[in-house]
Amino acid sequence: MTNQPREQWSTRTGFLLAAIGSAIGLGNIWRFPAITYENGGGAFLLPYLVALLTAGIPVLIMEYSIGRKYRMSPPAALRRMARPAEVIGWWQVVICFVIATYYAVILAWAVRYVGFSADQAWGDDPEGFLFGDFLEVAEAPGMISGYVTAVIWPLIAVWVVVLVILAFGVRRGIERANKVFIPLLVLFFVILVIRALTLDGAAEGLDALFAPDWSELDNGSVWVAAYGQIFFSLSIGFGIMVTYASYLGRRADLTGSAMVAGFANSSFEILAGIGVFATLGFMAAQAGVPVDEVASAGLGLAFVAFPAVISEMPAGSFFGVLFFVSLVIAGLSSLISIVQVVVSAVQDRTGIRRIPAVFGVGGLVALASILLFPTDEGLFLLDASDHFVNQYGIALAALVSVVVIAWVLRKLPELQQNADATSAIRLGHWWRICLGLITPLVLGWMMVDSLRQEFDENYEGYSTEFLLSAGWSVAIGALLIGVILTLMPWKAGGEDIDLDMEAPVERKEP
Amino acid sequence: MSASAIVMMIVAIVIVWGGLVAAIIRLRSHAPEPEPPPPGVRPAE
Repeated sequence: MTNQPREQWSTRTGFLLAAIGSAIGLGNIWRFPAITYENGGGAFLLPYLVALLTAGIPVLIMEYSIGRKYRMSPPAALRRMARPAEVIGWWQVVICFVIATYYAVILAWAVRYVGFSADQAWGDDPEGFLFGDFLEVAEAPGMISGYVTAVIWPLIAVWVVVLVILAFGVRRGIERANKVFIPLLVLFFVILVIRALTLDGAAEGLDALFAPDWSELDNGSVWVAAYGQIFFSLSIGFGIMVTYASYLGRRADLTGSAMVAGFANSSFEILAGIGVFATLGFMAAQAGVPVDEVASAGLGLAFVAFPAVISEMPAGSFFGVLFFVSLVIAGLSSLISIVQVVVSAVQDRTGIRRIPAVFGVGGLVALASILLFPTDEGLFLLDASDHFVNQYGIALAALVSVVVIAWVLRKLPELQQNADATSAIRLGHWWRICLGLITPLVLGWMMVDSLRQEFDENYEGYSTEFLLSAGWSVAIGALLIGVILTLMPWKAGGEDIDLDMEAPVERKEP
Repeated sequence: MSASAIVMMIVAIVIVWGGLVAAIIRLRSHAPEPEPPPPGVRPAE
C-alpha cells in the first residue's frame, strides 16, 4: 500500500463547477417543472425556497464540512468521526453504485435520441417508437429474455467516456470536463428557452406553471414535495458532496460555496421550468387542448412529449439535437460524480492508485449496468430500482446520517467551527436548528408518507413479487452490503493516512 | 398569461437568480486564503 497525497481542485471555480455539475442533472430538467405545476404553481416557490434555505443548503454545508475536515470519501470520513458511523458511508457508496448502473442507461437513450432527432426517427408515434421499436420493452415485468443492441452500444460509449474522464483524475479529468460541460449546458439551454418562448402558446404554458394557487400552501404534501425536490435535486445525502469536498484545500470557503452551488442549481431549475412549460404550451396549442392534458414529467416528458414537439416546430431537428445533447451533458456531469464516490471510497480504504481503481471498481459498475439494463426488462428494473433506492436509500441514509451526526455523535458544533474558520458566511444557531430539527423532521415525515403509499397501493401497479425482487431487495440490499463492506477485513489503507489536516504542522523558517 | 403568473415568474427569477448573483458577489469578496504547504515541504527561499 502506498500513501499518496490527496488530489486537490486547482481552483475554487473548478470545484464549484464540478459541484454544480453534479447537482444539475436530469431531475432539474424533467422533475422540477412538473412538481411545481402539480403543487400550487407560483405559490410552490414559497415552500421551495424555505426548503432550500432550511434543508438543502444546510445539508450541503454539513457534507462540505465533513469532506473538507477529514479529506476522505464518506466511509473513511465517517469512520474518523466515529468508527461505527462508517457503515453509513458504505451504505451511501452502494447506493451510488446502484444509481450509476441505471442512470447511465438513461444517458445512453439520450445519446441515441440525439441521432433520432436529426431525422425524427419516431415518425408520428413517439410513444410506440420509444417502448416498441427502440427499447423493445417486454409486455410485463419478469425475467430478462433478450438484449437490446440499440441501447448496448451507446451505453458502452457512455461508460468509456465516464471512466476515461475519471482516469484523468480530479483536476485534469473531473474539473476540466465540468469547465467545458457547465458553460455549454447553460448556453444550450438559454438557446432552447429563447426558442421555446417564441413559440405559439408559450404564454399559456408559463401561465399554467406560474399562476399561483395559494390554497395549496395549507396542504402538507406540497411542503413535503418541496423538501423532496430540493433534496433529490441537490445531490445531497449519498456521499457525493462529501467526496467532492474532500479534494478541497484546507482553507477553502465552505458556506459561501454552498450558497453559490445551491442557488445555481435552483437557478437552472427555474430556467428549465420556463423552457419546458413554454414548450408544453406550444404542444397544447397545436393539439387544441389545455396545458394540463399535455403536462408530463420524467421519461415521458423527455422521450415522448419532446419528440412530438420537435416534429411540429420549425427547425425541430436542430432544437431536438440541442435538447438531447443538453440532457447528455447534464446527466454526464452527475454520473461522473456518482461513480467518483465509489472509486474514491475503495481508493481510500485500500490505498490502490487511481487508474486501477477507476477501471477495476468503475469497470464493475459499468459491467453491472451493461448486463442488467439494456434488456427487454431494463425499463421495469430501472423504474423500480430508481423509486426504491431514492426513497429508502438516499432519503433514508440521509435521515440516519443527519440524526447520527446531530444527535448521537453531537458533531454539529465541531463542524460549524470548522466551516466558520475559513468561510465567507458565518453559521449561526439557525444552521444547527435546521440540521438538528427541521431536516430530520421533514425527512422522517417524507419516509412515513412514502411508506404509507407503498402499503396502500403497489408502486405503478407492479406485482408484489416484482417489487420485492427489483425494488425492496435493492434498497434493503444496499444497506446489507454496506454493513458487510464495513465488517470486511480490508488491507490497511485509509487507517495510515494522516487525517489531521486541520492543524497544519508548525514549521520554523530555515 | 395572467398578471399573477407574470408577477410570480418575475418574483421567482429575481429571488433565485438574484440569490445566485448575491452569493457569487459575497464569495468573490472573500478571497481564497493561501494554502499552507503540506507537512514536510520547505517553503521556497
